[in-house]
Amino acid sequence: MAELAARGRLKIILGYAAGVGKTYKMLEEAHELKRQGVDVVVGYFEPHGRKDTIARLEGLEVIPRRRIEYRGVTFEEMDTDAILRRNPQSCAIDEFAHTNVPGSERGKRWEDVQILLNAGIDVVTTMNVQHLESLNDQVWQFSGVRVRETIPDWVVQQAHDVVLIDLPPDALLNRLKRGAVYSPEKARIAAQNFFRESTLAALRELALRQTAHEVEGRYTADSDEAAAAELRSTGVAQPLAAETHDRILIAITADPSSAALIRRGKRVADYLHADCFVAFVQSRADLADLSVEERKAVEKHLNFARSLRIETRVLEGEDVAQTLVDFARLNRITQIFLARSRKHSRLGLLRPSLVQQVVRLARDMQVTVVAERHRSSAAAPAPPG
Amino acid sequence: MAQNLVLRPERPDPDELLRKVMAEEARERRGKLKVFLGYASGVGKSVRMLDEGRRRRERNGEDVVVGATQLASTPEVRALLDRLEVIPLRMCDGVPVMDVDAILARKPQVCLVDGLAHDNPPSCRNRYRWQDVDELLENGISVVASVNLQYIEEQRDQVAQIRGREVEESVPQAFLGRATEIEVVDAPPDSCIGNDPCDETGRLRREQQLAQLREIALLLAADVVDHQLERYLLEHGMEQIWSANERFLVWITPHADAAPMLDSGSRNARRFHGELIGAYVARPDLAPAERVTLERNLKLAREAGAEVHALDGEDPAATLLAFARSRGVTQIFAAHGSSQNWLLRTLGGPVDRLIRDADGIDVRVFPQ
Repeated sequence: MAELAARGRLKIILGYAAGVGKTYKMLEEAHELKRQGVDVVVGYFEPHGRKDTIARLEGLEVIPRRRIEYRGVTFEEMDTDAILRRNPQSCAIDEFAHTNVPGSERGKRWEDVQILLNAGIDVVTTMNVQHLESLNDQVWQFSGVRVRETIPDWVVQQAHDVVLIDLPPDALLNRLKRGAVYSPEKARIAAQNFFRESTLAALRELALRQTAHEVEGRYTADSDEAAAAELRSTGVAQPLAAETHDRILIAITADPSSAALIRRGKRVADYLHADCFVAFVQSRADLADLSVEERKAVEKHLNFARSLRIETRVLEGEDVAQTLVDFARLNRITQIFLARSRKHSRLGLLRPSLVQQVVRLARDMQVTVVAERHRSSAAAPAPPG
Repeated sequence: MAQNLVLRPERPDPDELLRKVMAEEARERRGKLKVFLGYASGVGKSVRMLDEGRRRRERNGEDVVVGATQLASTPEVRALLDRLEVIPLRMCDGVPVMDVDAILARKPQVCLVDGLAHDNPPSCRNRYRWQDVDELLENGISVVASVNLQYIEEQRDQVAQIRGREVEESVPQAFLGRATEIEVVDAPPDSCIGNDPCDETGRLRREQQLAQLREIALLLAADVVDHQLERYLLEHGMEQIWSANERFLVWITPHADAAPMLDSGSRNARRFHGELIGAYVARPDLAPAERVTLERNLKLAREAGAEVHALDGEDPAATLLAFARSRGVTQIFAAHGSSQNWLLRTLGGPVDRLIRDADGIDVRVFPQ
């Protein structure tokens, strides 16, 4: 019987800012693998003009980048096909969150990495915690920076291991001052955005907590597996922990706040090991009211939810709140997530808001009203324009 | 407004300012402590510590000595030691210990101390090595130290449960909390198992133990960083409307049974490694039945491990929100109002107002 190639193992080196030493660590790992006799290549490497890091490249085989023309400019991207042809055991790839230039086969580098993993190649890669999709709103809240290059959490959960590169912000700021991270001009700009002491401390705390979460997720999955193996071998079921199993329903609207609502609900679902659904209710009465823009917005939110691997449903009903609550009851939902309406009617006499209606109807389940987050005063001022 | 509530002041009062200045001065005289925290032996703490010493000496020209290292060392460690000045250990009751007097006499800027959790024989001046380090710090010598999570006092029970054996040596967590910097030395568990001669099952079990220790180390460091961040924001007069840590606040009332909220709250706090807080807004005119419910709820809250607060204020929802903001709460748990009063239901009861005004904080309404 022909054996299927086992999927490659993914290892993520996680940091919280440029300059903490992710790329250096990745190259060290490549050297270590080489010492152990593993056939390893460097698939993509971002030198950032850092001397120490570039020196670590010596002695490693680097797969040349591929050139892509876009609007008259030449860009260099990772050459996934060349790596596949070279077919190493292991491949080091910098900047997991990178977005490829238009015209590439795949939009994101993490998608290229999936191809390599599927071909049975192990991958060691680097990323910063702020690129994790579920942390996007929090990062914006305290840094004032809306990170555009994000990686869905399920991709990171697939990793065999996540290793943290830790460095106190003081030491990082010193590196920045010495010019070891960025050129002087870039360093000045960086110091105004992520590179503020409070922002770095916050990012660092997020990275520590996220790594702890990833570590926990892995060993609990391992012990679940061990328990299942024991069940198979002994035929004796281990008593299951009598914890409630949560099922979360995220109710979205056309409002832009739906994206943050989806992230928040999904994050809670992940931590509670809960099932998660996203629903949009199309009111038959309002059908004519839904503008083209709103329709597009809803479609965008639903696609976003699907990209996070959340099941989505579009429901139809006369009354939005009632339809939602009926659906929740039918599907044994334990928690409904809703966004706090901005126009919360003070005198709910004429027409209570959707939140008010759902809270009143769903008296047998938990309803979580997610508030919009604001930027902290510690965050960098918004860029002009 | 809340009265007997210690809110984080917007501007520090003069006394606090004075205390801050004095603390600042003391901090300036005192040496700085940097700790490399690892979750097991073999993750590379000693190498990182020595390499930091080497860099400080060669790059910054600081006067660095090695106060103590582990005896069993790797070639990598020996190579680093060759480039540093080592103060030899001295014998005390036939046991090699760090020579505090020799270091104080030498008076370097920075002293490297491996194995912060070592204990000294009874006839030494200090019972524990961390007390030796404290002496160096008091004398204005900065210390770069390494410590294994397994030896941190407050973590010992948990570690013993995971590892199945007790360790003797220890260092109190509060001592680490005073460190100027803490840095986690992280590595996957397989890297510190090495070539342990054990079977597949033994190896798997060991890997799981190490993963649990690793998680504790990361969370411990996260807590230290959280406190540093809080202090920084306070010192710079910045409000903290954001938290990397989830904090769950259960609104306790004399009407609703708080048990479901507390159950869920403690489960959420456990899963998120967050904090559980309970608060009630005091009212003078409680009926006997209400008093009974309230007392039962408060007892349940304490049993659930919540930190419980009594608040004073005219407007319950506003009082609770002000408290939640001051504590960086991320989610408030409240019970459905049980009022059948049509006026309250249409104009909105306290829960409605809580939802309306809880800007930046999620509100979870629980069934009754």
